[in-house]
Amino acid sequence: MDVLLQQLINGLILGSLYALVALGYTMVYGILELINFAHGEIVMVGAMVSVSVLAALTAAGVPVALALPLALAAAVVVCVVAGVLVERVAYRPLRNAPRLAPLITAIGVSIVLQNLAMIFWGRQYLSFPPVIEVQVYDVLGATVSNIQILILIVAALTMGGLLLLVNRTRLGRAMRATAQNREVAGLMGVDVNRVIAATFIVGSALAAVAGLLIASYYGIAHYNMGFLLGLKAFSAAVLGGIGNIPGALLGGLLLGVIESLGAGYIGDLTGGFLGSHYQDIFAFLILILVLTFRPSGLLGERVADRA
Amino acid sequence: MTSKLLIAFVLGAASWSMPTWLSAAGTIEIGCVAPLTGPQAHLGKDIENGARLAVDAINASTPTIGGQPVQFVLLVEDDQADPKTATVVAQKLVDEGVKGVVGHLNSGASIPASRIYAENGVPQVSPASTAVAYTNQGFDTTYRLMANDSQQGKALGQYATRLGKRVAVVDDRTAYGQGLIDEVVKSVEASGGKVVGREYTTDKSTDFTAILTSLKAKRPDVVVFGGMDPQAAPMVRQMRTLGMKTPFMGGDGMQSAEFIKLAGPAAEGAIGSSPGLPLEQMPGGADFTKRFGERFGKVQIYAPFSHDAAVVLIQAMLRAGSAEPKQYLPELVKTQFDGVIGPIAFDAKGDLRDGPVTLYEVKGGQWQPVETIGGPAAK
Amino acid sequence: MIGLLPDRLYQDRRIAWAAFGVLAVLLIALPFLVEAGLGRTWVRILDFAMLYVMLALGLNIVVGFAGLLDLGYVAFYAVGAYFYAILASPQFGLHLPFWALLPMGAGIACLFGVLLGAPTLRLRGDYLAIVTLGFGEIIRIFLNNLNAPVNVTNGPQGINMIDPVRIGGHALTRPIEILGVQISGPHAHYYLFLGLTLLVIFAAIRLQHSRIGRAWAAIREDEVAAEAMGIHTRNVKLLAFAMGATFGGLGGGLFAAFQGFVSPESFTLMESIMILCMVVLGGMGHIPGVILGAVLLTMLPEALRYVGPLQQELIGRVAVDPSDLRMLLFGVALVLVMLFRPQGLWPSPVRARELRPDNPDQVRQEQESLYDAER
Repeated sequence: MDVLLQQLINGLILGSLYALVALGYTMVYGILELINFAHGEIVMVGAMVSVSVLAALTAAGVPVALALPLALAAAVVVCVVAGVLVERVAYRPLRNAPRLAPLITAIGVSIVLQNLAMIFWGRQYLSFPPVIEVQVYDVLGATVSNIQILILIVAALTMGGLLLLVNRTRLGRAMRATAQNREVAGLMGVDVNRVIAATFIVGSALAAVAGLLIASYYGIAHYNMGFLLGLKAFSAAVLGGIGNIPGALLGGLLLGVIESLGAGYIGDLTGGFLGSHYQDIFAFLILILVLTFRPSGLLGERVADRA
Repeated sequence: MTSKLLIAFVLGAASWSMPTWLSAAGTIEIGCVAPLTGPQAHLGKDIENGARLAVDAINASTPTIGGQPVQFVLLVEDDQADPKTATVVAQKLVDEGVKGVVGHLNSGASIPASRIYAENGVPQVSPASTAVAYTNQGFDTTYRLMANDSQQGKALGQYATRLGKRVAVVDDRTAYGQGLIDEVVKSVEASGGKVVGREYTTDKSTDFTAILTSLKAKRPDVVVFGGMDPQAAPMVRQMRTLGMKTPFMGGDGMQSAEFIKLAGPAAEGAIGSSPGLPLEQMPGGADFTKRFGERFGKVQIYAPFSHDAAVVLIQAMLRAGSAEPKQYLPELVKTQFDGVIGPIAFDAKGDLRDGPVTLYEVKGGQWQPVETIGGPAAK
Repeated sequence: MIGLLPDRLYQDRRIAWAAFGVLAVLLIALPFLVEAGLGRTWVRILDFAMLYVMLALGLNIVVGFAGLLDLGYVAFYAVGAYFYAILASPQFGLHLPFWALLPMGAGIACLFGVLLGAPTLRLRGDYLAIVTLGFGEIIRIFLNNLNAPVNVTNGPQGINMIDPVRIGGHALTRPIEILGVQISGPHAHYYLFLGLTLLVIFAAIRLQHSRIGRAWAAIREDEVAAEAMGIHTRNVKLLAFAMGATFGGLGGGLFAAFQGFVSPESFTLMESIMILCMVVLGGMGHIPGVILGAVLLTMLPEALRYVGPLQQELIGRVAVDPSDLRMLLFGVALVLVMLFRPQGLWPSPVRARELRPDNPDQVRQEQESLYDAER
């Protein structure tokens, strides 16, 4: 029983990380109907920046209580700049182009970001400085660490904050309007370009936070870490209902749990025929199943039409 | 159509202005191939540096072949640890007239490349490829200076079983990881142990909590991982966070400075194997560390091996009085040489005879040798 | 060979034949020219370029003709390669003949094309892309792991010692002398690939100018209207996947025989994206453009290897490692092409007008109609 509990906890933590990243995807898709492939790479940039800054600061003797927020701030700044830049340079000119073009561009941007990171930071894995004392707690036979709890809390807070933003502020109203119908929102006095930029800013800031958390949890950061993570987070967003913020959280958590339980039990379930080497498939399988049978996702209303 | 003609002419013209690597009189090219980009770039660079140290030292001693002074040139190529790229650079080196090759690192690259070297008669000495298949293809040009996975897996399995009878294994689904763990499994069972669980991951993953939890439930006495340090490090960290106090073992892919750096305090007590003797115990180790350190810094893993690979190739040429592969290959076969890494001799397939495997343990944040299995000392 | 040469040339038959004659001579002499100028490595690279031309033409059918963004195309390549590898190597001890296996492999890939295409029929562009990407990854993961309980693919070790192509008992990988001329392995493969590539090009051109080709164009432009005009979009889309996959499988079989070794590492997502890059950069939907894209993008990374030593000579040190640049340049190329020249380097005149219309009103009208259709 404690194994099941442990797998659930593992899944929830992994899922929270997916959820944080999925929020960025879902927001951008809601407004632009574009899969921002580069979002995973922005998360990676956030992780790399926070690790490098933290390492530099702690090496220079800055106390952890100050270094950590500074590293986070640096990551947020860099990610936001990167995100806005990508939007302005690569996505805005193609806003009215046939659907294929921004998609291909997004892939191109993702490759560019990845390789720029590789050139800048090198091909080594960066190590998160051991500044956070890992405390492990025992919960009914399973273990939880303080970082894991932190991740859960941050994910919940972020989602709460985002919901507040979207539902209770003017900007949020403008975002929702733009997501529903871009032209009419423009007619109603919404500055569409600014709203889109704001969406990317918020999304990128979230990515930075996610990046820092991921780097601290796993202890490493690498230029290659963004792509697969991004794909899985997108699958999570689709699962929950693309364009839907609570959906992203739900989708992320579900995907994390399914992956954990799947990897843990698939060997037993299939009598040894399949094993944990197939664990990466789950995200894709879920994506395919959701899109085939319930394209609107679990909580969403937007339907994946053919066009 | 005219554009095609144009392209042909441009290509032709460009080729004359390309820097030509073909030899001036008295230069002999030796190829050196390793992944110089990607996650293993630090190891690939290590291989290049080791070979370079050897070639430069030999050149400084003004060698002669057949009475003529010669200089050796190292042609370095990046195979990106990818089989296809490996074949392309292999062909490239062959075309450029290399007389011997030090490389590759990954068995997945060495094996396809070896076919090209074999078809063109170019001897290849790998400082790092450990897959058994590499020397099993029936080519007479494949050699290696490392104990292969069969020997390494056997050593790992034996040692693991000594720590406890219940062994759990994880492999990273690469040619290296899977090959190693297959041998470990065989060895564990031969030593009277039991493989209580086998899980898999990939060479790009960072989250192992699911499979580790699954293994934890099977109460293993030791966990053995076949894969590289970027996976081994988070894996051992997650093990400790999950409350698993089980000893963690791995192969030469994990036994590196990177592992300790990435795993932090969780690295303590981990055991890694490495074919060959520890650098300090190598007969030429102290001297090599000094010379290498002055020029390139810290030895990663493979530098002494690539150094000796270059030396072995060149020495065979010097003994045969010719750099032509057909002439010096028989001398290569008969190599009996005390290199940096220890006594070097090849068996019929090209494997290192009596290749030792050393087990290291992380103590106080450093890899310390614990035991050597096999090797001439054991005889 | 309609569509490959400017219209002027057709007006005078003799000029047309002369042009083809020169082209034929050039193609036959090319490996000798390349080897003399650049070395045998480049002949080998030329062989890979032919392979990629086949693959790019296959993907072109899916992306360029039918407008379906397939990011998992490499799966069909892999299926073709592994099919050949499994049945012509020590893996199972089977050594079926090349001429039987190649069409069969293409056929199996065709089947996979239908299988993988079926779930995507109702999906919109972005989702289609991700789902096909998922399929590509799933195939690769299966290939990497199908070595237990039954060893089908030999897992990550890959399958080695694959039988080379045999023509009349002579293995193409061995050098041979014909009429006093030395023909090496890469040379011989070049001619084989050339023949098959010309076949593929011919097939692609005929497809483009057939009813099916026009149906694909209709779907690409406006699927709802196409359906309204009586086109069975479902079948036509499946046909696109199937034909694309067939060419991919063909290329895969040839690759396995040529390289003698296949492993899952050769069939990654990056390969799919590379092939997509070739199609997009060259000219989506335009066969000569796609051929150009494939040849360019196979040759350029190899040429990039010289940048390192070039930097060494010019500035005394290597500032940026050329292999770092390779993928970076691909990404930049994709973005730049999409931003400034979405029709590609060598577009068809029709497509250029579509993607970069001169009349801004026409753009707006098109966008609106598309917009309404999606609501």
